[in-house]
Amino acid sequence: MKISFTLNGKKIRVDVPPDRRVLDLLREDLSLTGTKEGCGTGECGACTILVNGESRLSCLMLAAQLEGCHVTTIEGVSSAKKLHPVQEAFIEHGAVQCGFCTPGAVLAAIDLLQRNAEPTRQDIREALSGNLCRCTGYQKIVDAVQGGSAKLKKGQTS
Amino acid sequence: MTVQKNILKVGKAIHRIDARSKVRGAEKYASDYYGQNLVWAGVKRAGIPHARIKNIIIEKTKNLTGVISVLTYRDIHGSNRQGVIRRDQPVLADDKVRHCGDAVALVLAEDQAVLKEALDLIAIDYEPLPGIFSIGKALEQGAPLIHEEHPGGNVLLKGDLKTGRGEAALEECDVVVEGYFTVPYQEHAYLETEGGWALLTEDGHLEITASTQTPFRDLAEVAEALGIERESIRIRAPYCGGAFGGKDGITVQSLLALAALHCQGRPVRMVWDREESFIAGVKRHPGSLHYRLGAKADGTLYALSAEVYYDTGPYDHLGGAILALGLEHAGGPYRIPHASIRGWSVYTNNPVAGAFRGFGVPQVAAAMEQTMDMLAAKLDLSPLEMRRRNAVHRGDKTPLGVTLISSTGLAECLDAVAEHALWKEKERWKASAGSSKKRGVGIACVMHGMGYGPIVPDYANAKIELTKKGAFRIFCGVVDMGQGNASTYLQIAGDILNQDMDHLELVLPDTEKTLPSGSASASRTTYTFGNALIGAAEALKKRILQRSAETCASDPNDGLTMVLRPGSVFHPPTGKEIPLSQIVRMLDESERISVFEFRAPVTQERPTEDENLRLHGIPHRIFSYGVHLAYVEVDELTGKVEAQRYLAISDCGRIINPQVFEQQIQGGIAQGIGYALCEDLVVARGKIQTPNLSTYVIPTAMDIPEMESIAIEKQEETGPFGLKGAGEIAIDGPLPAIANAVADACGVRIFHAPLAAGRVLTALEAKRGGKEVKA
Repeated sequence: MKISFTLNGKKIRVDVPPDRRVLDLLREDLSLTGTKEGCGTGECGACTILVNGESRLSCLMLAAQLEGCHVTTIEGVSSAKKLHPVQEAFIEHGAVQCGFCTPGAVLAAIDLLQRNAEPTRQDIREALSGNLCRCTGYQKIVDAVQGGSAKLKKGQTS
Repeated sequence: MTVQKNILKVGKAIHRIDARSKVRGAEKYASDYYGQNLVWAGVKRAGIPHARIKNIIIEKTKNLTGVISVLTYRDIHGSNRQGVIRRDQPVLADDKVRHCGDAVALVLAEDQAVLKEALDLIAIDYEPLPGIFSIGKALEQGAPLIHEEHPGGNVLLKGDLKTGRGEAALEECDVVVEGYFTVPYQEHAYLETEGGWALLTEDGHLEITASTQTPFRDLAEVAEALGIERESIRIRAPYCGGAFGGKDGITVQSLLALAALHCQGRPVRMVWDREESFIAGVKRHPGSLHYRLGAKADGTLYALSAEVYYDTGPYDHLGGAILALGLEHAGGPYRIPHASIRGWSVYTNNPVAGAFRGFGVPQVAAAMEQTMDMLAAKLDLSPLEMRRRNAVHRGDKTPLGVTLISSTGLAECLDAVAEHALWKEKERWKASAGSSKKRGVGIACVMHGMGYGPIVPDYANAKIELTKKGAFRIFCGVVDMGQGNASTYLQIAGDILNQDMDHLELVLPDTEKTLPSGSASASRTTYTFGNALIGAAEALKKRILQRSAETCASDPNDGLTMVLRPGSVFHPPTGKEIPLSQIVRMLDESERISVFEFRAPVTQERPTEDENLRLHGIPHRIFSYGVHLAYVEVDELTGKVEAQRYLAISDCGRIINPQVFEQQIQGGIAQGIGYALCEDLVVARGKIQTPNLSTYVIPTAMDIPEMESIAIEKQEETGPFGLKGAGEIAIDGPLPAIANAVADACGVRIFHAPLAAGRVLTALEAKRGGKEVKA
């Protein structure tokens, strides 16, 4: 089945079985391995991507569902030279340890900040409760999302 | 001197070097390789806990289109046994299966869909054997044996340690308390499951890339199990997506190697899915513990009897060493003159238990620290005062009778807790609980030994190269499983060599490039390798400065006045600066490389003449210490316990990178909160009933409170820049601190972890009904 969608700002057309998981399409067929598989059953959030700007679990989506959509993976969040402010904040606040949950958490945070530019710590904890992390204890991730929020605000006003 | 601004100084909260590639999704983990012409490998698991294999029926599978090969034990030409101390675990089961997750056949297929179908088609003809699903059953007279050849029967390791007059001294105590505790399995639940890929090259080299904590040890095990020359195997260990001990030893390595031997030079990939990770991966040992602790009327601890039973599943997998560390820590960080400490690590047909951050200590800390609170209550002492009166100081003896000759900062940790607002304000906080809520505060003291103990050499070999471009390349000998030690190594090298990030390069563990340096485990990763790295860096620095002086200065003694700068050598008297890329031309290839071995010191005292216990790690010489404090709120209507505030005060020596240190402490606390409150691996007749993240619940961002970590930076003289291990200690404290807080809140103690809502509610109801509690 031929599917057309926009991936990280570029229109693409792929020929895949309609029941192929989006996660496999991205990782195996398109070599975008920044999207991770942690459980395959929608529990951990490591495979989070943005579909039309909203966070979605790519392990629970089938390729056919992408027709006509705008898809952003972690690779599409920043250019090679300039990181997204949320990514910068994750680095600065020590929110990255093993890093396996990081791409999903960054995308979930970007989604949150688009909807709620100044979330409280509790808002952040709720919004990221679908992104499991086994290393950090979440506190530094919450710090980073707050830091990202501040950076985005500063970027808008300057 | 702007040039000095970005020098990687020890003590600074430098951002981890791996963070940038990880936030971009660019870092390649072992499971991120697909490659051209890929073969998919998968494992047929036993599915039943104990049986003799009569026949493995693979014909149908072999004939399936897209199946490349189906392999069984018959295709293995080595010992077919792997393990760290006792090699008792087959790569592919031969005579029998000993737990549901045993690997029986290995299938190689063209794609994932065919692989799944092929695995379903394999049939195994079994003669079922009686299963052993409890420690009690395993120890019964005449119990079926899991390893018929094991001289200890179903007891993998037994320990019997006594100091002073042992438990007999309980009779001389004014107050004695007793508790029976049970602790559950804990699943590692790293986000990256076990996996990797392998390739047999044209010249016959076997290249394995795996998510592992132990590439060099794996290499020896794979070679022996499969009967291959060690020299023909290469193992690469990229950053792990979490490991916590669960990748301390073989997971996929031998299977991938076997697969590669049958792939005609094609790359082969195997990544366990989450359920397979649950079923086949190792877990924290569940256990039962019987404690009796006695004190004199003034609160001085006097005698301890501890009996510790760990269910190790059917394979060693470090289960002996884990028991030994548990026994060494069974009496906690206290002076207790008389102690009987006995333990059994027992084979069963349950899931395999193995290394998990804490390594046998969280279990005994849970029992000891709760018993301490029970004793304090009986003596009408505050939990903090009880601990202050008995805390070990440097020069004291441990409950094992071993003198603490290294830095010992527990008393300072306790002082800091006493001065902390969370301790001072606890009564006010408790009194302000809302309706149907009860609040409690608990503390726990912990200590954690570092390294392998007196027999197994705890060494590391560091290597640094000055590259032709004038940068320093650090060959990282110990895996970075997520804890950031690779970054810390650059920070250490940067500090000594006065370099910034632009002039430092990192080579991740690779048995062909980096040098053997032991495992990423045992809270020894930065201590041991860091010390080796200091030696290598100092030697290279001296050589570079000396050679620069000989060549560039009029007086060779100027070597003393020359200094390193990022990418250059500087001569302050003349202001002359020479790029390292130029200096490097004055050095022979061999001179550009510096290698240094460090071997961790061990204690000379022998608390036991049992050589087997010594081999398994008793005793240690250097310990980290901590005091944990938890605020909990219990919902009286549901029994749900919520950790609301958390404080950890730790003595892990000096801190090289405060941010990385805090990551370890916070992460350990969070795993410990999961262990205390919600993580419950249910196993029925050897079969895991909760083999996924929807039924085995780990904490989310909603379940972990704001945590505060304070470091008591006491200098450890033998440590690199004064450091001690910090990777494990934080997980030893949460279960007892929270259990003590729940007991404080509810007025009733729950002896069985996790303290899940149902269990707490039952205890509350029983208390209301005035019944004796057997939660």
